[in-house]
Amino acid sequence: MQFQIVVLWSDIFIWLLVAFGLIFGFLASRDERLLVSWRRLGENRIAMASATVLLAFILIGLLDSLHYRAQLENKPGQKAVYAIEVLSVLDALAAPLRSRNEKTYSEPFATRLYAKETIDVPGQGSVRDYPRLKHGGQHLGEREDDVAADAGMTAFKAGALAFIGWLAVFGAVATVNRKKSPKLKLREAAFAWDAVLLTLLLMLLTIVPLFWLSGYYHVFGTDKVGQDVLYQILKSVRTGLIIGLVTTLVMLPMAVLLGIVAGYFRGWVDDVIQYIYTVLNSIPGVLLIAAAVLMMQVVIDTNPQWFSTAAERADLRLLALCFILGITSWTGLCRLLRGETLKLRELEYIQAAQAFGVSSWRIIVRHILPNLMHIVIIALVMDFSGLVLAEAVLSYVGIGVDPTMTSFGTMINNARMELGREPVVWWSLAAAFSAMFILVLAANLFADAVRDAFDPRAA
Amino acid sequence: MLAYIVRRLLYALPILIGVNLVTFALFFVVNTPDDMARMQLGVKRVTPEAIEKWKVERGYDKPLLINSEAGGLASVTDTIFFEKSARMFVGDFGRAEDGRDIAREIGARMLPSLAIALPTFILGLFVTITFALTLAFFRATAFDLWGVVLCVAAMSISGLFYIIGGQYLISKVWRLVPISGFGAGLEAWRFLILPVLIGVVSGIGSSTRWYRTIFLEEITKDYVRTARAKGLPEALILFRHVLRNGMTPILTQSIVAIPTLFMGALVMESFFGIPGLGSYTIDAINAQDFAVVRSMVFIGAVLYIVALLLTDISYTVADPRIRLQ
Repeated sequence: MQFQIVVLWSDIFIWLLVAFGLIFGFLASRDERLLVSWRRLGENRIAMASATVLLAFILIGLLDSLHYRAQLENKPGQKAVYAIEVLSVLDALAAPLRSRNEKTYSEPFATRLYAKETIDVPGQGSVRDYPRLKHGGQHLGEREDDVAADAGMTAFKAGALAFIGWLAVFGAVATVNRKKSPKLKLREAAFAWDAVLLTLLLMLLTIVPLFWLSGYYHVFGTDKVGQDVLYQILKSVRTGLIIGLVTTLVMLPMAVLLGIVAGYFRGWVDDVIQYIYTVLNSIPGVLLIAAAVLMMQVVIDTNPQWFSTAAERADLRLLALCFILGITSWTGLCRLLRGETLKLRELEYIQAAQAFGVSSWRIIVRHILPNLMHIVIIALVMDFSGLVLAEAVLSYVGIGVDPTMTSFGTMINNARMELGREPVVWWSLAAAFSAMFILVLAANLFADAVRDAFDPRAA
Repeated sequence: MLAYIVRRLLYALPILIGVNLVTFALFFVVNTPDDMARMQLGVKRVTPEAIEKWKVERGYDKPLLINSEAGGLASVTDTIFFEKSARMFVGDFGRAEDGRDIAREIGARMLPSLAIALPTFILGLFVTITFALTLAFFRATAFDLWGVVLCVAAMSISGLFYIIGGQYLISKVWRLVPISGFGAGLEAWRFLILPVLIGVVSGIGSSTRWYRTIFLEEITKDYVRTARAKGLPEALILFRHVLRNGMTPILTQSIVAIPTLFMGALVMESFFGIPGLGSYTIDAINAQDFAVVRSMVFIGAVLYIVALLLTDISYTVADPRIRLQ
């Protein structure tokens, strides 16, 4: 199949972030002091277990960040025409989930729609009944009541396969470890392999059966327009990750630069920077975001010629939201860094450097910045979960991501109407809740462990 | 004390001017009044005449900062900046898109907002401090461990789920309180009880953990050891001495809570249909009513600055060693 690669701005940012992460990891592995902290983190079982979960989410987000437009079928000799819809690699992998839409709501593992309709039954004429789903449970044919047995069997097969796959990973890890240190058991290794492997097993045992079953059923049901809820969850992950990650990328340079400069140079520079962040701080964040998003909406609406697809428009709005969130959230870290720099610049080795006539910027880069690294790392991981949660609230309020973009916030927003229905549609809320809970919980646990490992006071 | 308060209020002035400039820049430098008019009028009705009319009706037809046509003082006062931004300092917020006076609207909506925010804040502080002290009392036991685990789990749940879940269970399934709405006078409590409850519950996780750390840090100090050596019961030490000494960081934390109170109220009020400032803001955002959003940003900043001042004053009440000069 021919396709045209589409690079959205947020894709660039997220892949840049991956590159930065790798470079930073390489540099950090050469810094002895940070390495001690990273090792301490590696020994922490909860940290490594939650990191495994986070990695799975990040993988989904990265797969969803490779976009393309498929070529439409055309006669030979004609100019290639590409579909208007922008897809991602994740869409291609989850193609059955994306394309197998029902008419409207259906329950998880249902074979029939959630609402009665007038259907023609041969021999009986028109009857009001729940019509069969087009895709969910089709393979059962006449044996419609066997859903539990069929699903159970499929899940068991998938689980067994997942277990075999896991055994292979386990064996590989154990062999490598055995080679490194023949006497050491996995449980006693310097890196918490046991936690990683256990989490991996649990994840495989849920994910593999889930996807296997999703080929036959709508495992989390379908929403109002009949779209699979599992697919929506997968798509929401990228939105959450981008908000959490790109925002920190935006605020980081500003917070670090201004914080250090204010603390190091003091005097009027400090006064100006303090004034700026006090002003920004005294506007309640939501209101500042609301005002900024409102204005950005005007810009987007008055310049429709900037965007060739709807995805690009939604993407720009997402990025703008990240920038706005970044601008409102750099103040906290800036204040922390300023305070710490004020303390550091009075230390003897810095005064010695000053006495030797080393330039201020050189002192900042060589001596102050490395000593602030732990605060930056702690602040980065601590902020992430808060931002994912904030996205949901902002999207609900109507100042978050574009309404056409799938996110946890827009899913929850729809769920509000669904709970008011009779009978209640509960599954998309439950699915969004669970996915978001797992993501944020893992992020919170990881952040706690990072704080414990990097905080010099705790050591 | 009085001199201190006056000086602090004077300090607040440049910050408010800064806030004013930021909002002005946000609303008028990024977009022109023409863009706003187009947005408000909608695609179908946009004609140059309609835009001009819209601008004249709302006073957006003037120059932004300096009016070169008017002479004397009017060259500064007869501008959008003076009319729309500077006048906010004297409480003149202008009119909303529906023609109503924003200042009067804010006055009327202040009370319902306070009726939710204050009980949530006070009750929340009480519940979380008690819970945190209990955890500190049972420190390093299974109770403490599970308490912390629960807190982390609780803070990983989005506030929206607390609202949706609470509303569904308590109002819809159990029918204990009305789902939404607001009553006048004392009747209002039936409508307030659920939002307040949800507001308190959703804050328990993160606050309890934070307070617990403060208390645990306090417990390692010398005076606690002395009190223990004297044979004071542990509960008395915690609930009297440690609580009082831990009060300053808790008060500092409370300032941080005030803007989030606004955020909570925003969603809470629109969910429960309470006619407060939060739902006013959300309605304005949805209706793209720039004048109202601009005013709310200003009011929010004023409230924040007042809250900061109140916190500083409350330090002296909590800790007699702190003297404000």
